[in-house]
Amino acid sequence: MNFIIYVSDFIIPFIFFYIIGMGLLTKTSIYDEFIKGSKKGFQVVLDILPTLIGLMIGIGILRASGALDLLSGLLKPVTKILHFPSELLPIVLVKMFSSSAATGLLLDIYKEYGPDSYLGRLVSIILSSTETIFYTMAVYFMAAGVKKSRYTLAGALVASLASIVASVIITNLIF
Amino acid sequence: MLSYLWGFMIIIGIVVGIFNGNIAEVGNAAINSSKEAVSLCISMVGIMSMWTGMMQVAKKCGLVASFTKALRPVISLLFPGIPKGHVVNEYIASNMIANILGLGWAATPMGLMAMRELKKLNNNSDLASCDMCTLLIVNISSLQLIPVNIIAYRSQYGSANPAEILMAGIITTCFSTLVGVIFAITARKIVSRRHGHR
Repeated sequence: MNFIIYVSDFIIPFIFFYIIGMGLLTKTSIYDEFIKGSKKGFQVVLDILPTLIGLMIGIGILRASGALDLLSGLLKPVTKILHFPSELLPIVLVKMFSSSAATGLLLDIYKEYGPDSYLGRLVSIILSSTETIFYTMAVYFMAAGVKKSRYTLAGALVASLASIVASVIITNLIF
Repeated sequence: MLSYLWGFMIIIGIVVGIFNGNIAEVGNAAINSSKEAVSLCISMVGIMSMWTGMMQVAKKCGLVASFTKALRPVISLLFPGIPKGHVVNEYIASNMIANILGLGWAATPMGLMAMRELKKLNNNSDLASCDMCTLLIVNISSLQLIPVNIIAYRSQYGSANPAEILMAGIITTCFSTLVGVIFAITARKIVSRRHGHR
């Protein structure tokens, strides 16, 4: 199963090799385009910064006060039945509504347990394979002026549950 | 929505902090967290700019366009309600490719344009069409193959190998998308059987 970690090391170098190789073959002025595109990165991060400050303050307060430990203690009976770590249940629930709030909690897990701990790896995999259900639905259906979303929510919940179950299984298998 | 969530976080944190006698830590946490968010974003600028720069190269040399083209058969399979050659096919393809490549900010505008076109195809009904449901389910099942943010956060918090979770993430993402697609196709069949049309 180490194979899966081994392959991971190749993904980013391979993507870069492929893009730059194609760029050279098609005689694109790759360096100028890279510089042009990387300016966009500033904007993207700048857009995240204010919400990140706000939510990290909120979660920092919750962690320091002991409320997060209290919460995961309260959730323990539930998560024990589900075989899911009680520290991560708040993240999974919050992620359905807000991506930035989930990010705040994710960073809290990295700080408390480390990104290379079991919890850190599991939460990394869960958050890289789930989306904000209610937020996305609200934005898309509101833009189109659709009021009845029919089976969308059911399908979204099933897919998200599948990714959480798969994340737990794969983390237990390979790490 | 977020106002309540955020407000409760702060109020509950302060109240619990008083009861636990942690109020000094609570004040310090607020100050330190705000500083931490900024230093996190500074290191994120590096990784994010690296990614958007590479994606600009990919776009310019025609890679993104060829991926979009390659997606066409998948789209006609997933969205049988859309006429061939309709502009909404392009929107959906761009939306999916942007999601797959981790360009979330580029994906949403395309997705919204697709939704508006789908509404026109659905006689402006305020009931979602099966194609809309499929689009949303596939979007929410997560398509992103390279979670650039997660890698940036992992690296900032001292991971020995921030990218080690990539393949596991790709496997779970593909699995959840597959489950979402199966759900969407099955639900469409059940709905059309009940109504006797697509």
